[in-house]
Amino acid sequence: MCGVAGYFGKGVAPAEAKALLARMTRQLSHRGPDDSGIHIDGEAGLAHRRLSIVGLSDGHQPMSGPSDNLVISYNGEIFNYVELRNELIAKGRQFHTRSDTEVILQLYDEKGLDCLDELNGDFAFALWDARQGRMVLARDRMGVRPLFYTQRSDTLFFASEIKALLAVPGIEARLDPLALDQIFTLWTPLAPRTAFQGISELPPGHLMIVESGRVEQRAWWRQTYPDAGDIRPRSDAVEELRALLDDATRIRLRADVPVGSYLSGGLDSSLVSALAARAHPEQLRTFSLGFDSEEHDESKWQAVMASALGVEHTTARCSASDISGLFPSVIRHVERPILRTAPAPLAKLSALVHDNGIKAVLTGEGADELFAGYDIFREAKLRRFCGRQPNSKFRPLLFQRLYPYLPGLQRQSPEYLARFFGAGDDRIDDLLYSHRPRFRSTGAAKLFFSSELKHELGDYDATAELASMLPSDFSRWHPLHQAQYLETTFLLPGYILSAQGDRVMMANSVEGRFPFLDPRIIDFAAGLAPDMKLHGLREKHILKQSAKGLVPEAIIERPKQPYRAPDSQAFAATPPRYLADVLSRAAIAKGGFFNATAVEKLKNKVLHQETASFRDDTAFVGILSTQLWLDTFSTKTD
Amino acid sequence: MADDTRTAIRAFIIENFLFGDESQPLPDEMSLIDNDLVDSTGILELVGHIEKEFGFKVEDREIVPANLDSIARIVAYIDGKRAR
Repeated sequence: MCGVAGYFGKGVAPAEAKALLARMTRQLSHRGPDDSGIHIDGEAGLAHRRLSIVGLSDGHQPMSGPSDNLVISYNGEIFNYVELRNELIAKGRQFHTRSDTEVILQLYDEKGLDCLDELNGDFAFALWDARQGRMVLARDRMGVRPLFYTQRSDTLFFASEIKALLAVPGIEARLDPLALDQIFTLWTPLAPRTAFQGISELPPGHLMIVESGRVEQRAWWRQTYPDAGDIRPRSDAVEELRALLDDATRIRLRADVPVGSYLSGGLDSSLVSALAARAHPEQLRTFSLGFDSEEHDESKWQAVMASALGVEHTTARCSASDISGLFPSVIRHVERPILRTAPAPLAKLSALVHDNGIKAVLTGEGADELFAGYDIFREAKLRRFCGRQPNSKFRPLLFQRLYPYLPGLQRQSPEYLARFFGAGDDRIDDLLYSHRPRFRSTGAAKLFFSSELKHELGDYDATAELASMLPSDFSRWHPLHQAQYLETTFLLPGYILSAQGDRVMMANSVEGRFPFLDPRIIDFAAGLAPDMKLHGLREKHILKQSAKGLVPEAIIERPKQPYRAPDSQAFAATPPRYLADVLSRAAIAKGGFFNATAVEKLKNKVLHQETASFRDDTAFVGILSTQLWLDTFSTKTD
Repeated sequence: MADDTRTAIRAFIIENFLFGDESQPLPDEMSLIDNDLVDSTGILELVGHIEKEFGFKVEDREIVPANLDSIARIVAYIDGKRAR
């Protein structure tokens, strides 16, 4: 795991190139504390910061090979590099290192851009092909590893994090109003848009080719599902899933350093940890988060699983003041406004892993998206069920079962529950049907936008833009698959794998590895009948079956508890010193994005209230993170 | 009586759910849910406010949109309760 930076074009004077690349990579030192390197060839410049995990002694980057005409700066891991390497050797190719980096170079030399299809791993790289005078940027299927770019003076600049691009003279940080609207509606900017005006993200599963002054960007992979009428039931699916998970976990344990595992207390990380412990019974160490607040704490379940595995288990206790204290640094790392504090405890967890000398950890991310674990999938199914009998007094009560951890819902009447979830109101042929209630409730926080921002946004509708990005065959998919696509293609890379994943892990030089996001499992899950995933209202049905015998029954059958952290509550008990400054009337007015009077009232309300509403929590964290973003990035520092 | 109640409820909604923003249209008949002014916690805030300010208990079975989903409905509900 590493940091990548570079440029391609005439805009960098040769005498300045080395210093520029050094400045860029200095901003990425947390991603790669072990080594650094620079390669300059005419108009192409590549730089690299390295976190050494595979090929400790011979993995220096940028790396060239098989001749000096191919050079790569690469972030990530290719987990099937052993098999690919053996295949290439069988074809007569000679290797000079044991690293997975050289495998990409040799495979590109062998197959050109088709090499991407062979890679089972998480990667973002820049490859300079001097033979053809072209720069290739590529990113993994699901967007585990980040890659950003911008163009200036006929030159393309790229980097693993935006802060490295801000080290380029003339590139400045300005908050993109449309991105802010998207975040305050969809939780994430829609790639390639980022929070920074003029700076883009290479979307997951995409590549960019820059050659002869032309820039071509296209998808090399995309998530897809069969037409609803083409889904066939399978009898051997449970066994196949277990075999796939076993192998996906096994190859993700490949490293020249110990690999640990996160243990949340839920099914997904428990299953991954169990498979890892079986592969390395004496070596695995597990790590988890505990919260002071009872409603967020899962320590009891973590202890059950750790005990069952017999592994060395370490827990980070996270208090409200930890969250509020870490929050500014989290915004610096995630580089965008966020609506929840949940990334902050994960930053504390990765710090614990780092302090214990572990550089890479397995996690259970991806299972909820691929196997329909999230409440939103059950909610959409229930809304359709209620919509078929809109006058039923009993059907809406089922919504209470979905959200036992939301006390506000438990006292509500069936009439109110039906109204909150729009049961029977939303058009069932709406492409975004599954997510409409979430988009509505999140978007309610836009009440706090300033009149100037509202004027600038006009009638812009982030959900309409999202709908316009859906593939042409989307309408033919089963409703569950439509909902899964929205989660997998947008929220997973845009928030879960970035703000809660790569950025807060790499903040402490820790690499996350995600067995569920193995491309074989992605394809397998997409082809499953919806009923195998969401069976009635039983989420992750097939995964629970596959976990039997590996994970204690108590964990398999426990009620799902989504990972959450205290939001505005984290700032209420002991407001951090920075709060008064970044949320002052003067700071809000200077930023210009929010209504200062309304923010003042919101602040007074949530900081003095025991339970904030979803809307108030969303608004408070969203506004605070936006103000911290402005505070961190608007004045550029080196 | 109804006018006083209407004024008080309107003031509460503007202060608590619109955070002082009086520029937004807020007709008496406007749905609080459909216009994203309240969510499930907001309803409980509203119920708590009514109980505290108007001195009676709102029964769980009375927490329904027919009683609470617009200023007009809230006023009618409160006045009805007080008349009993």
